[in-house]
Amino acid sequence: MDFADALLVSIVTASTPLLLAAIGELVVERSGVLNLGVEGMMIMGAVCAFATSLTTGNPYLGILAGILGGAAMSLLFAFLTLGLVANQYATGLALSLLGLGFSGMIGENYVGTPGVKLPTLDIPVLSDLPVVGDALFNQDILFYIAILLVFFVSWLLFKSRWGLILRAVGENHNSAHALGYNVNRVRLYSVLFGGVCSGLSGAYLSLVYTNLWIENMTAGRGWIALALVVFASWLPWRTIAGAYLFGAVLILQFHAQGAGWEVPSQLLSALPYLATIVALVFISRNRTVARVNTPSCLGQSFVPDR
Amino acid sequence: MTSAPLLEAKGITKRFGTLLANDAVDLVVQPGEIHALLGENGAGKSTLVKILYGSLEPTAGQIVWKGKEVRLKDPAEARKLGIGMVFQHFSLFDSMTVVENIALALPNGQKMAELSRRIEQVSAEYGLPLKANSLVADLSVGERQRIEIVRCLLQDPQLIIMDEPTSVLTPQEAELLFKTLLRLAGEGRSILYISHRLEEVKRICDTATILRHGKLVAHCTPSEETASSLASLMVGSSVKSVQRDKVDFTDAPVLMRLDHLDLPASGPFAVELKGISLDLKGGEVVAIAGVAGNGQSELFDAISGERATAPDAVIIDDQSVGNKSITVRRKLGAAFVPEERLSHAVVPSLRLSENVLLTRHGSEEPSMMHKGVFIKRTKSGKIGQRIAENFDIRKGEPDPHAGSLSGGNLQKFVVGREIDRSPSVLIVSQPTWGVDAGAAALIRQALIDLAREGSAVLVISQDLDEIFEIADRIAVINKGTLSEAKPVEDMSLEKIGLLMGGVHGDDGSIDIPSVQSNAGAAEAGGSNAA
Repeated sequence: MDFADALLVSIVTASTPLLLAAIGELVVERSGVLNLGVEGMMIMGAVCAFATSLTTGNPYLGILAGILGGAAMSLLFAFLTLGLVANQYATGLALSLLGLGFSGMIGENYVGTPGVKLPTLDIPVLSDLPVVGDALFNQDILFYIAILLVFFVSWLLFKSRWGLILRAVGENHNSAHALGYNVNRVRLYSVLFGGVCSGLSGAYLSLVYTNLWIENMTAGRGWIALALVVFASWLPWRTIAGAYLFGAVLILQFHAQGAGWEVPSQLLSALPYLATIVALVFISRNRTVARVNTPSCLGQSFVPDR
Repeated sequence: MTSAPLLEAKGITKRFGTLLANDAVDLVVQPGEIHALLGENGAGKSTLVKILYGSLEPTAGQIVWKGKEVRLKDPAEARKLGIGMVFQHFSLFDSMTVVENIALALPNGQKMAELSRRIEQVSAEYGLPLKANSLVADLSVGERQRIEIVRCLLQDPQLIIMDEPTSVLTPQEAELLFKTLLRLAGEGRSILYISHRLEEVKRICDTATILRHGKLVAHCTPSEETASSLASLMVGSSVKSVQRDKVDFTDAPVLMRLDHLDLPASGPFAVELKGISLDLKGGEVVAIAGVAGNGQSELFDAISGERATAPDAVIIDDQSVGNKSITVRRKLGAAFVPEERLSHAVVPSLRLSENVLLTRHGSEEPSMMHKGVFIKRTKSGKIGQRIAENFDIRKGEPDPHAGSLSGGNLQKFVVGREIDRSPSVLIVSQPTWGVDAGAAALIRQALIDLAREGSAVLVISQDLDEIFEIADRIAVINKGTLSEAKPVEDMSLEKIGLLMGGVHGDDGSIDIPSVQSNAGAAEAGGSNAA
């Protein structure tokens, strides 16, 4: 494996958790719910996946546990914001803090223990392609799931009737209700989907990316995923571009540090976040695209008048 | 029409907490008739039709459809039976296409391409031209209503419920709608037509049911009634009509001038104001008519100072104030009453006396503040009391929270708060929107009286009856441009309709029926409740 190969593999590895979390949150936001708890759902997914795979020795059971961890957190969010009509912003922030703290408690005994690595699935022939072979066709199952999810979400939102209803609920919940759709049920499913995706993303971090449990190991990736949704202006395909762009910046700053650039390493570590801000500024300049795709009811609770 | 009724509602009762929105209401709709449902704001019309469309469940009562008792648990159930609805506040999705919007109301299993074809076919057939792939956000209000109607027609309904359909249309678009309705009735479909515009009810409706305070007050035949007899059935007492004497304004001083006012659009779906000019003279009421969303709120924001313009674009009392704050404008004698009373004009959780302070803290002489910091509560309390007395505001306690007042009483307070200052220029947006007839008459009279004492009054309104009742001159706003303000004598409904843009989205394939200039509009205006 030469340098370009290795670089590409590491970029893909850094990007996949962002992509998984972002595509889930995109669906959540399209239904009109803003769940700022991505970070918390991710880290819970990470710790559940790590602990389960270590105990059972089976990384696939670990993935399942990661899904359940993320989903459980999202159901808590749904219960508070949809059931009890709590403020979505505050609840999401609380969910992030809760996840970070709670995962630290669960993971206390696993700190420093090497985990079970998720095996790669080699796709014959294609994986022998030069440069992209290893990066794209000799990957673990979560990478393939992430790419398939983008296809799936794109089809779901724009080709299926479910997606039409989901977008309608996010666009104007009063109208959707007047037409007879159950707004909060649609939102519940969306939030749950977001939780599952965040859980997968967390599982990827602890089973593939580091293969260790470290407290606070999500390190702000949940927040980048939230920014990516805006960056993608709520269009599924753009999350791929966004995730890989940020993954690349994340990796390149490592290499820049390794190459001994005369720039403070702290500044380089801040690069991905700076890039996020710059990208958001540019994206919000094109107001028309943003406005048409922005779910109008984003962050607003719905209480039926029945 | 002595055959079995299509729909019979018996003893419908709906309670929201302590409020009885519908109290044992009966309604019978025969096949092929246009049945009017009349009543003031808050009389329970919308509640009743929501029950008939399955979006609300009645507390008591039964619904009989074609002789069989039914329970409508949701709108899908109602649509399956053949009940369709055209909403007052459209149930459309702005960022979606016409075909997507329509698909949402139809049962699953439609191919989008085939549905698009059917939409264009049905819409052309009924003279309601629509393009299936246009984005709703780009369409005019009249075109949006067509989507609702076509959506309804595609379900092949036997009963079509229409909630205040003409309140958002130009007079020409309303004529087109009437033609469609008569044709639908001719096909044997029934229409339940909610309106407070009595002249049009008299023209097109076969029978009428009148509600007042949630109770059924009468069944009647509109063509055998007069507008004022219908109005008194709705209101329960006769409403005092507004008095207005003719005045000559040629020598009156110009108190406010808009001079080529331009304002860029604030977003992709917002309206840009282009070269708006208007002189407002002391003693006159000028009204700006127009269909909602043509720049009215932008114009109000520019005049009141919520958005800055070129300095010379807004001139109050001979001073250029286009880039000055709202307080500077108030100190020059201007006063502003914005459109949304609960979200914009008052803070609902503050008391009336505190809300007085919100618009008058900077302009009042002597000041309402001690040393510019502490509030003189006795003073603001006294002003609140005075407004309440002069404007007949009914309240449960001496100084209630603004949010606890009813819509009509709150609107009287909001208008009264500014008139109480005796401003030289008053700008009012939608002065009587959603207000009962009694309060509306009081507010309109107060506006005229203020003008006749020498102030200039500018009224932005979508209610043409109101405009003809109070205005000395009328201008029309359409797509961000303002027509020249003409004396009311030179204006007719037809002229205003053409200035509003006639029939929007018309490619010339449909003939526009002529509109009879409606002299009765002003006289029926006193009964106009919305």
